[in-house]
Amino acid sequence: MNPLSGPNVESGEYTLTLYVAGQSPKSLAAFANLKKICEEHLEGRYSLEVIDVTKHPEIAIEQQILALPTLIRKVPTPMRKLIGDLSNTEKTLLAMQITPADHAE
Amino acid sequence: MPAPETDSLGKLEKALTGIEGFDEITLGGLPQGRPTLVCGSAGCGKTLFAMEFLVRGATQFGEPGVFVAFEESTVDLAKNVASLGFDLVDLQKRNLMRIDHVVIDRSEIEESGEYDLEGLFIRLNHLINQIGAKRVVLDTIETIFSGLSNAALLRNELQRLFHWLKEKGVTTVITGERGDGQLTRQGLEEYVSDCVILLDHRVVEQVSTRRIRVVKYRGTVHGTNEYPFLIDEDGFTVLPVTSIGLQHGVSNERISTGVAELDRMLGGSGVYRGSSVLLSGTSGTGKSSISAHFADATCRRGEKCIYFAFEESQAQIVRNMRSIGLDLQQWIDTGLLIIKASRPMHFGLEMHLATMQKMVGAVKPATVIVDPVTNLGAIGTSGDIGAMLIRLVDYLKLNSVTALFVSLTSGDKAQEHTEVAMSSLMDTWLLVRDIELNGERNRGMYVLKSRGTNHSNQIREFLITSQGIELRDAYLGPEGVLTGSARVAQEAKEQHQVELARQEAERRNLAIQNKKRSLEAQIAALQAELDAEAREGEAIEHQTKNQFRRLELDREAMASSRTKERTAIRSDTADKQ
Repeated sequence: MNPLSGPNVESGEYTLTLYVAGQSPKSLAAFANLKKICEEHLEGRYSLEVIDVTKHPEIAIEQQILALPTLIRKVPTPMRKLIGDLSNTEKTLLAMQITPADHAE
Repeated sequence: MPAPETDSLGKLEKALTGIEGFDEITLGGLPQGRPTLVCGSAGCGKTLFAMEFLVRGATQFGEPGVFVAFEESTVDLAKNVASLGFDLVDLQKRNLMRIDHVVIDRSEIEESGEYDLEGLFIRLNHLINQIGAKRVVLDTIETIFSGLSNAALLRNELQRLFHWLKEKGVTTVITGERGDGQLTRQGLEEYVSDCVILLDHRVVEQVSTRRIRVVKYRGTVHGTNEYPFLIDEDGFTVLPVTSIGLQHGVSNERISTGVAELDRMLGGSGVYRGSSVLLSGTSGTGKSSISAHFADATCRRGEKCIYFAFEESQAQIVRNMRSIGLDLQQWIDTGLLIIKASRPMHFGLEMHLATMQKMVGAVKPATVIVDPVTNLGAIGTSGDIGAMLIRLVDYLKLNSVTALFVSLTSGDKAQEHTEVAMSSLMDTWLLVRDIELNGERNRGMYVLKSRGTNHSNQIREFLITSQGIELRDAYLGPEGVLTGSARVAQEAKEQHQVELARQEAERRNLAIQNKKRSLEAQIAALQAELDAEAREGEAIEHQTKNQFRRLELDREAMASSRTKERTAIRSDTADKQ
């Protein structure tokens, strides 16, 4: 997807990809944490894809995945990369530049 | 699946690196299936070492490899090693290599909560499986410490990674930047306990020398010295000092030095093939001229000669030698003679040594001339040059190359002193020196030593003429050795005496001839007399024989006549009766 043609922060669309390694505890934790954040703050304006790099290692190389779990925000541009199980909600919101829902409304 | 780390004898298995010299000092390469840490400061050649290990593994030993680059991009890496003749693109096409550039940009990565480096494991695993890699390089993995903040976690992960690589049974080279007070910045040496190699790049008196040292190699003997190494267009070359022992074969064949009289001084037929000859002397004593004769003699035999000149250019040598009647250009044209002229300061000692070794290896000459070896003193300490010469001499002997080393002795030092104390390395030592006498400066030459030959103990005067070098018997008189005009005068005197003696002998010879002739005449006269006597005797005998015969005949005649008479009488009587 050409990031320039994608929606920006103002339009409120988020394209997120979570890269995980199988069903590891960190993977599960990251998915749960992300799901929670998205439902709380990005209700209805996000798309989330989860990729298991143990099944698709070539994607890990292509996307320069080093640490796992990794969350990549492709849209809005610029791309943002966040690693960890996303247990620190505040840091996650900051890194993904997600404005908390109560302020957005 | 863990690779077998030991063979049936319990010996550590090793993976050949294919890096020239390195496999010798480690007695077989890096520990097979285990990680090795290669550390050193920036620009010391870590990446190249690692890359050559992979490329040679893939091309020479059938072991494909994965290169994980943390610092350079794949394109840069390929470009950087292309100058060494490594075609990474082709290797990747042929599935002999995979390169993965791991990009770590701190500004791009945020952290939230716990993570691990499983992504790196997955990538590495994928690439290893893709081509069945047996070798892995991580260059320079410490970079991740600058990209990620949780150092404790990273240490854990690295430990896990090294362990995992060992489990995989891949031979791994991990490079690390030299840190303060420890081998690597992050103390990686704590985790890689099998083999640690240190690369060093030192500049002493403006000349840089690269050195390599095996700091630790668990479970095996290895050379512990610091070995010089170089990086040139053929890659990495380690120059082991001690790995070449005194095991070279010897030849009984003698080869000419190009000066017939010198060959005679050395016991008849020159120097042994494969021996090392030192030619020392003060400046202007004709060392280069002797060298040129040596080169000329080599080419005349149809053999190759490399002339390493540190003082003169090729054109200059050719011109100068033409003035003493040697045409070196013809040998250069036919390719038998290679004159390699360079300034000693051009590069470091090691580079000189490697260049020489490489040339000797490629050209395979019968003889090598280094003129003068003492000029290398400008770029190294005497100990360094000594070490270098040992290696060079060993290398040449191993290849049965006869070597002539020219050494310049400064006038104020003892003639028997060589600048770099290399005399003990040499088999034959020729010394040329000035002999100052009667206001003249003449050249003398003698054989100081020559192992295994019955060499002359005389000092010969040697002359450089337009026909080349001539050695003359020096005149030994009551006042010592006479040279130059004194010798010429003495020779003239001797020649006069010889002439007188010759005339006297001629006279006596003539007298003897005369006497012989007169005696011969006498003998002839006597012989004639004897012949006459003999003839007379014969005549007398003949006469006597004739007389006897006549008497006989007379007697017979008388007897027959008597018988006739008697018969006649009888018939007369019968008639009468």
